[in-house]
Amino acid sequence: MRFYHYPFSKNHFCTIRCISLIILDRQSDNFYSNCGAEDLILPKTATRQTTETPKNSTNGAAAKTVSNTKNNSGLTDKVNRKEAQTENVSRKKSQTNSIKRIEPALLKEMLYQMVLGRYFEQKCAEVYRIGKIGGFCHLYIGQEAVAIGTMMAIREDDLVITAYRDHVQAMVKGIPPEEVMAELYGKAGGNVGGKGGSMHMFDAARGFFGGHGIVGGQIGVGTGMAYAQKYKGTDGVTLCFFGEAAVNQGMFHESLNMAALWKLPCIYICENNQYGMGTSQTRAMSISSVAKKAEAYGIANEFVDGMDVLAVREATERAIERARKDSLPTLLEIRCYRFMGHSMSDPGKYRTSDEIKKYQERDPIVLFRESLTDAKIISDKDYSEIEARAKVAVEKALKFADESPLPDEKELFTDVYA
Amino acid sequence: MAVLTIRDALNQALREEIIRDENVFIMGEEVAEYDGAYKVTRGLWKEFGDKRVVDTPITELGFAAVGVGAAMAGLRPVIEFMTFNFSILAADQIINHAAKMRYMSGGQFKVPIVFRGPNGSAYQVSSQHSQALEAFYANFPGLKVVMPSTPADAKGLLKSAIRDDNPVVFLEQERMYGIKGEVPEDDDFTIPLGVADVKREGTDCTIVARSMTVPLAMQAAEQMQKDFGVSVEVVDPRTIKPLDIDTIVASVKKTNRLIVVEESHAFASVGAEISHQVAEHAFDYLDAPVKRISCAEAPMPYAKNLEELALPDVPKIIAAIKEVCYL
Repeated sequence: MRFYHYPFSKNHFCTIRCISLIILDRQSDNFYSNCGAEDLILPKTATRQTTETPKNSTNGAAAKTVSNTKNNSGLTDKVNRKEAQTENVSRKKSQTNSIKRIEPALLKEMLYQMVLGRYFEQKCAEVYRIGKIGGFCHLYIGQEAVAIGTMMAIREDDLVITAYRDHVQAMVKGIPPEEVMAELYGKAGGNVGGKGGSMHMFDAARGFFGGHGIVGGQIGVGTGMAYAQKYKGTDGVTLCFFGEAAVNQGMFHESLNMAALWKLPCIYICENNQYGMGTSQTRAMSISSVAKKAEAYGIANEFVDGMDVLAVREATERAIERARKDSLPTLLEIRCYRFMGHSMSDPGKYRTSDEIKKYQERDPIVLFRESLTDAKIISDKDYSEIEARAKVAVEKALKFADESPLPDEKELFTDVYA
Repeated sequence: MAVLTIRDALNQALREEIIRDENVFIMGEEVAEYDGAYKVTRGLWKEFGDKRVVDTPITELGFAAVGVGAAMAGLRPVIEFMTFNFSILAADQIINHAAKMRYMSGGQFKVPIVFRGPNGSAYQVSSQHSQALEAFYANFPGLKVVMPSTPADAKGLLKSAIRDDNPVVFLEQERMYGIKGEVPEDDDFTIPLGVADVKREGTDCTIVARSMTVPLAMQAAEQMQKDFGVSVEVVDPRTIKPLDIDTIVASVKKTNRLIVVEESHAFASVGAEISHQVAEHAFDYLDAPVKRISCAEAPMPYAKNLEELALPDVPKIIAAIKEVCYL
């Protein structure tokens, strides 16, 4: 059975009541506690812990932890509903401050890209249901602030690699939505001519290195991309995305060790959406702080609110500076939440509808829109225009994908060898 | 021509390619300061330094991945596995990433990388260190698989592998590093991938051998010539993938008999593939069933007598020749 869920609708996922979440308290990593259905695992605004690697350290062993947060007591993930509301207020405040430092045109473009990503993925769900898209299809709805916050802070010549939830990253790196949609349709006009599908978007010219389907495999490849950037003497950086479940793979640890050892300009971005398929992070990871794991390798790290696109951007900017100027890696743990299932075939029985609803109240697009409206960067009319523009782009993509021919049969045997 | 060991011929190939192309670098365990576990990289770190010859932690999956990413981003890494047994830890990168990247990216990315190191048995190193993995890697489209058996082939093929735009699995043999032979001194001496070499011409029986089994086949052939006047042709494919089946088929059409000698296990082996392709292309020319001599269908034992029993040797090859020649 396929399960479909639309992020703005009220009724979704069968309700499973009274599931207690076992939460690892971030203040004391070996302390587990149960909290009731009213509690959530939420990232807290302005809660950011950074470990800086001293520039002159040869092996990173002397890395020290510094704190950027004013509210140092807030390292816990446990937030009840009331606290969540307070959270929203403080987050808006922080966004308002950040907005002042960024060009209005860029802010509007960021919002547009988030809305485009949302509409694009919503349409994917729709056309998947009628069989236009086959295979696996992992949607990004809810996580938009991560791709937009990080990728719109880099230069064009910087490189990006990610896992299989890759449609939005591909578009932010510049691949036209038409090509992404045609790829999903398995058409000749697709981004890789119909050979990759949902999980394997690539664009060599734009520095988009894929689209990878083996959990954690791309972490090492991204490390190698940064290795090449350093080898060639460029000041380019690599953004290497992965989910929190990939952190349990050996590759994560092997990569961070090498990146620290060889001082590679790699920014490891853990999109912590809190579930590896249907297994919650607390059921899979002995110590729930991903960011903290970087300390084992002497790598600078931050724990970032992934619902706050500007917090994500600022953390990325710090990481970019570290990578570009000092050729040092960073691990960003960006806490987010996917509003949809793991893939289109996910019945979603492992989360309560209550949990999802509460995260949707913290929707990154809604928050950013409200902040931009409060700061008078956009009006309601502007937002309507942004929505209309995104809808047009997605409709154009659908039309292109529909009209694009199937790959020629001879393509079965092309591109096997160079 | 200079007389070199296979070890030194490989070393020369690496050295020349590092000089020729600034994007070539060697990475692996103990390749730099230690001069290589089997001394294939001897002297290179001293000559070229940290940038071109890179020691890694013991982290096969990790450094194979670094190689794949670096190759995608424009470099030409040569990744050494101390032995290919350890490449199994990195198989996800070789098979799922290197081999498929070009295809998955619709031809946008190439992965010019060489994975090299000793394959097959050594001397009494038991089960986990004595595996011949060519059939495993040759099964996947996107990879090339190379297995030299002489110093000249080792040098010429390694240089071609490094210059190739595809991922190449380059399988050496620990027992063979000390084998000597003439090697052309030309800096641009290369041997194209995918071309077999007839190591010994003959008319009565064809032996297809590779890597370590080539010298064994040559000895058996000499013995049969001397003792029975049987003329044995020895064909060394040199590259397992792409396989030069034409040369093998032409030889079988001449001799009407085929024996495949290999160090790997028999089941689903390269020998099985060759025997299938010969059945397909030269069925009517065969005067005897195709014979295979492979490693015993058991993990490699430690005890010397059992190890010898498990592996192909000259008496086993001679017995097979007699069998197909009805002697």
